[in-house]
Amino acid sequence: MRHLIQRVGFYVIALWASVTLNFFIPRLSPGDPAAALLARMHGRISPAALHALEIQYGGVKDTLFSQYVQYLGNMLHGNLGTSFANAEPVTNVIARDLPWTIVLVGISLVISFVIGTILGVAVAWWRGSKADTILMPAFTFISAIPYFWFALALVFVLGYSWGWLPSIGGYDIYSYTPGLDLGFLVSAAQYAILPAFTIVVGSIAGWMITMRNTMITTLSEDYVLMAEAKGLTRWRVMMTYAARNAILPNITSFALSLGFVVSGSLLTEIVFNYPGIGYALVQGVENKDYPVIQGLFLIITVAVLVANFLADLIYVILDPRVRNERG
Amino acid sequence: MSVSSVPVDAENQEAGSERPLGTRLRGLWRAATANGKVTFGLMIVGFFVLLALFSPLLVRVDANAFGPDISVNPSGAHPLGTTSYGQDVLAQVIVGARASVALGFITGIIATIISVVVGLVSGYFGGWIDEVLSMLSNVFLVLPALPLAIVMASFLPYKGPLTIGFVLTITGWSWGARVLRAQTLSMRNREFVTAAKSTGEPAWRIIFFEIFPSEVGVVVAQLLGTIIYVILAEAGLEFLGLGDLGSVSWGTMLYWAGNQDALALGYWWWFVPPGLCIAILGAGLAFVNFGIDEIANPRLRTLKTERARKTKKAVVS
Repeated sequence: MRHLIQRVGFYVIALWASVTLNFFIPRLSPGDPAAALLARMHGRISPAALHALEIQYGGVKDTLFSQYVQYLGNMLHGNLGTSFANAEPVTNVIARDLPWTIVLVGISLVISFVIGTILGVAVAWWRGSKADTILMPAFTFISAIPYFWFALALVFVLGYSWGWLPSIGGYDIYSYTPGLDLGFLVSAAQYAILPAFTIVVGSIAGWMITMRNTMITTLSEDYVLMAEAKGLTRWRVMMTYAARNAILPNITSFALSLGFVVSGSLLTEIVFNYPGIGYALVQGVENKDYPVIQGLFLIITVAVLVANFLADLIYVILDPRVRNERG
Repeated sequence: MSVSSVPVDAENQEAGSERPLGTRLRGLWRAATANGKVTFGLMIVGFFVLLALFSPLLVRVDANAFGPDISVNPSGAHPLGTTSYGQDVLAQVIVGARASVALGFITGIIATIISVVVGLVSGYFGGWIDEVLSMLSNVFLVLPALPLAIVMASFLPYKGPLTIGFVLTITGWSWGARVLRAQTLSMRNREFVTAAKSTGEPAWRIIFFEIFPSEVGVVVAQLLGTIIYVILAEAGLEFLGLGDLGSVSWGTMLYWAGNQDALALGYWWWFVPPGLCIAILGAGLAFVNFGIDEIANPRLRTLKTERARKTKKAVVS
């Protein structure tokens, strides 16, 4: 329990750090790029919303500290400001786009982690076999491909040239409206295949290589030799003796690489014009829509922190040493 | 991404600093050719470094200049075709190597220096210094780097390699610091450190002249990993239009290809080469890294047959 409380404390500090970065980055940038845009917003949005923006970007004459306190207060109340581009609260943008990203990235991450880990177990077990000697260099190469470039290639070949799968957007916007009906869900699933495939291919190599390396170290432990000597089935030795122990570092590395994968997924969304956070982020960048960029950064951070915490929970479940310590 | 802790033979390293230059160069050569993966990776990386160094000699025309041949297929005159502005893609790829390789290496080195300082200082001193520094690096580790880089790059008014190098340094040092801190923790109670302490060496000297040389292997692995990160993230940021759009680099090539709908128009020769170069260069660096892992941790070496593993085990037991 104490371990988890410590972790939660750490995540709170990390969240505070990202909020603080969000507050200071616009103020420390030379040339005050936000002030010019702020001036443009006069009269276009409600005075209350404008005031919130001024707190966020330094249009008010209060001391820096009191601006910071007000800003933190706004964040606590979920007030992330108003989009420069279309005067819409940033929270609306997030509410609309976040589900797309969470479903797409969440499902692809689980798929790639499971397949990658199983592949890592397999190539470590049959080390030196053909599969190992071919898969390792191949995956090393794949791990170095930029996600968005692989996405471009997929869009080009499967989307445009062969026309197998839809590659632009999140669903068939001419036939369906988002909602809980079967037609929409099928359409959304079809549109998700290529982006999901990109994320799976882009991230699978990392899980596989880490798992292979820890698995190899575990395989040379005495208890694995003992299990083999006892004549246990190969499957049992592989899964419950070696893999069970080797997976712990992989879960830690899962948590740490999460931000990396999420970043790649954002770029993937952009290539596919997928209506999620990443696409909203690039539109924010194009429009110099600072509140949207910052709001999205915050929500991405929160998502990554929550996912990290889930990985911590799984670690506690899997590792009795952590679980029993000061129970 | 995979980084295993690398135990480095401290004695060898210390002896290394006293050998004459010739012997040391020969030692370097042996290290470069001892492992197939390292050799293969170094050849790839070396090729791109040479390409970057000599690109002004190879391409004598302005790679950014608009030409009369608009979006032509690869042919004799334009081996990789042209863009929809009539620029020669091959010339752009060669010139672009310079920006991407230089930025990757320089930023990678700076970020690694920061992680060395933070990691070693925090691991050596322990106590509150360690608490503060490792909290800082853990926070930066868990914050998603690319979104943070996008936020920073979109606020900075100047767009170009300096901005990108700056934001990627800030977002790229934390992983190395964490690994090096763990390594230093295991080093600081070794005898050679205690001996140095008792002779009254100042702390900075112990950290950077006693401990640092025995962690060179880990530092090199971190450096390579950081360079891969920087090259990939640079391409991503430039693809988003956050780089200097008037200059030629692999990332900006991809930006313009996307901007001009190269995909829908079927100009594959425009976006395939820069991405492929990034992937090959990244893979080369990754191969060197895995090779170093294998040298440091012999268990990871790919053995020829399944039987070899069993035999080795039998011998060990």
